[in-house]
Amino acid sequence: MSPYAVKLAIRHLLSHPGQTALLMAGVALGVSVFIFMSALIGGLATLLTLRTVGSIPHIVLEMPDRDPAILSPDGLAQVVLQKDLSRRDQIAIWQPVIPIIEKTPNIIAVSPQIRGSAFVERGQTVAPVGVIGVMPGKLSEIADIDAAMVDGSSNLPADGILIGSRLARDLGLRIGQVVRLSSDRGRARSFRIGGIFTLGIASADRQAVYMNFTTARALFDLPTGISRIEIKVAPATDAADIAERLRRSTGLKATAWTEDNSQLFEGLDAQARTGIIIKAFSLVTIIVGISSAMLLSIVRRQSEIGIMRAMGASKGLVISIFVLEGTLIGLVGAIVGAVIAWLALLPLPPVTEVRSGGLPIDRAQGDFLLAITLTTLAAMLASILPARNAARIDPVEAIGA
Amino acid sequence: MSAEAIFSVSGLTKRFGEGEAEVLVLKGIDLSMAAGEMAALLGPSGSGKSTLLTILGTLMRASGGTHDMLGVDLMQASEGQRTKFRSKHLGFVFQFHHLLPDLSALENVMMPAACAAGRETRAMRERATELLDAVGLADRRDYRPSAMSGGQRQRVAVARALINNPVLVLADEPTGNLDRQSADHVMDLIRSINQTMATSFLISTHDEHIAGQCPRRIELLDGRIVRS
Repeated sequence: MSPYAVKLAIRHLLSHPGQTALLMAGVALGVSVFIFMSALIGGLATLLTLRTVGSIPHIVLEMPDRDPAILSPDGLAQVVLQKDLSRRDQIAIWQPVIPIIEKTPNIIAVSPQIRGSAFVERGQTVAPVGVIGVMPGKLSEIADIDAAMVDGSSNLPADGILIGSRLARDLGLRIGQVVRLSSDRGRARSFRIGGIFTLGIASADRQAVYMNFTTARALFDLPTGISRIEIKVAPATDAADIAERLRRSTGLKATAWTEDNSQLFEGLDAQARTGIIIKAFSLVTIIVGISSAMLLSIVRRQSEIGIMRAMGASKGLVISIFVLEGTLIGLVGAIVGAVIAWLALLPLPPVTEVRSGGLPIDRAQGDFLLAITLTTLAAMLASILPARNAARIDPVEAIGA
Repeated sequence: MSAEAIFSVSGLTKRFGEGEAEVLVLKGIDLSMAAGEMAALLGPSGSGKSTLLTILGTLMRASGGTHDMLGVDLMQASEGQRTKFRSKHLGFVFQFHHLLPDLSALENVMMPAACAAGRETRAMRERATELLDAVGLADRRDYRPSAMSGGQRQRVAVARALINNPVLVLADEPTGNLDRQSADHVMDLIRSINQTMATSFLISTHDEHIAGQCPRRIELLDGRIVRS
């Protein structure tokens, strides 16, 4: 690219400020759409992921299912062990496992739990619930129960429980009232309602009951073992890899949240593909816009090109001038568009603070550099064909010699 | 080709179209010009003046005959070689000035040299300033063509034709678009350059007044030279 080509390209753009500004404005608009779509699709994915994984464990560790084993020493007969439904799966030796988990990178919370099914009885009304026994101080490790409290306190004394707001409404329960819980192990006890929470997840608000870890041991007849270990990791999207590491290091069955939420991923994938199509269209618009503007400009400047060719300008010089003009329109338009998009997105709240009805836009996922790079490349491509046409202009015809 | 001749064409023909639509515009031209010569090329419209100038300027190839200039066989030269040759040894002045509207007078004069070199240099700037001074437009060097009169533009075009110190300037109706006073001014300029710089000029014209200012007359009629 000769310095003279650069000079002529810049000079032409500056000599026609209105036309140049209009072209750059078109590019800037396309780039703003590109960035807005990136930020919106990315933000939407983040919001959906946050909402999905915010109140659920990212990895659950449980006892592995036992495989059938060959008991006959000669191997002639295979004896299949059928699952013993009278025994509950439990992690019997769990204390040594906790430090192993905590030392694994990217783990941010570990909560050993005792879980079981029970019935809440109040007068003649009975409702099935899932009881979660959590250790003191670990109540909000997985779902943020503290933040979800709508009434009462989140303390968990030995005789207190926390229930969801839908369950409270269904049974007409209030803080301080006493209910009776019958576990699936045939044990029953009375508890005082210490707090009511709303997680925003219907199943949890209708069926989850939180209680003290030690109390749950007694209610579910688990003197030493635990039901499961729930874990949170960061970033949540790495859960599958971390689960695989934990499976190898602990020997327990590790289930990542991604396995149970494949529909969410399909949705996010479809959304990302839609975003790519919209972004591709905005690039195509830029290419068509620049290409047609350059073609018109070349028709208008035929005699100029002809005289340059007659005066000894090579075809390469003519091509350089027009490709450079197109590329500069793309580059400057893209930077202007990126700055406009950045400023326009500035006042919007972060995805984590988006209220209902608001647009979940994540500025960090705006792909600003990618938008500028792709647009500049697209503009360069868009001007190659017109530039080649310009170089083919016959000087004799163009100047009417 | 004589010792002093800068170019020589022999049996030069040019045909356009094919089959029944074929038109033979040049029908065997024999012509040469000496260094420092100034000649008028006369002839009615359609006689082939512009076609001959275009071929001599390497902007178009002849259909037949020979075309040598400064020892180079321009019939055989490639398109790239002809472009370089044109840039180095030939200058052009057209009926319409064809100055680039985005460039100043000085930049327009430098354009042919800058196109060849890929950049503008201090030496080009100095030479262009000298040429603008020679054509009486030193005070207009930073003006764009739109801010100058027709005569001034054509004088800038003459200066532009001289930037690469060409041995031959081909001028196609250089005064055809000017009033008498401006036309005389441009012709005075061309004559003065021809005498001081020893640059050869071949000037195509309809105008006997213009032709009368040239020491040599070349008359073309129906694709043939009838007087040389």
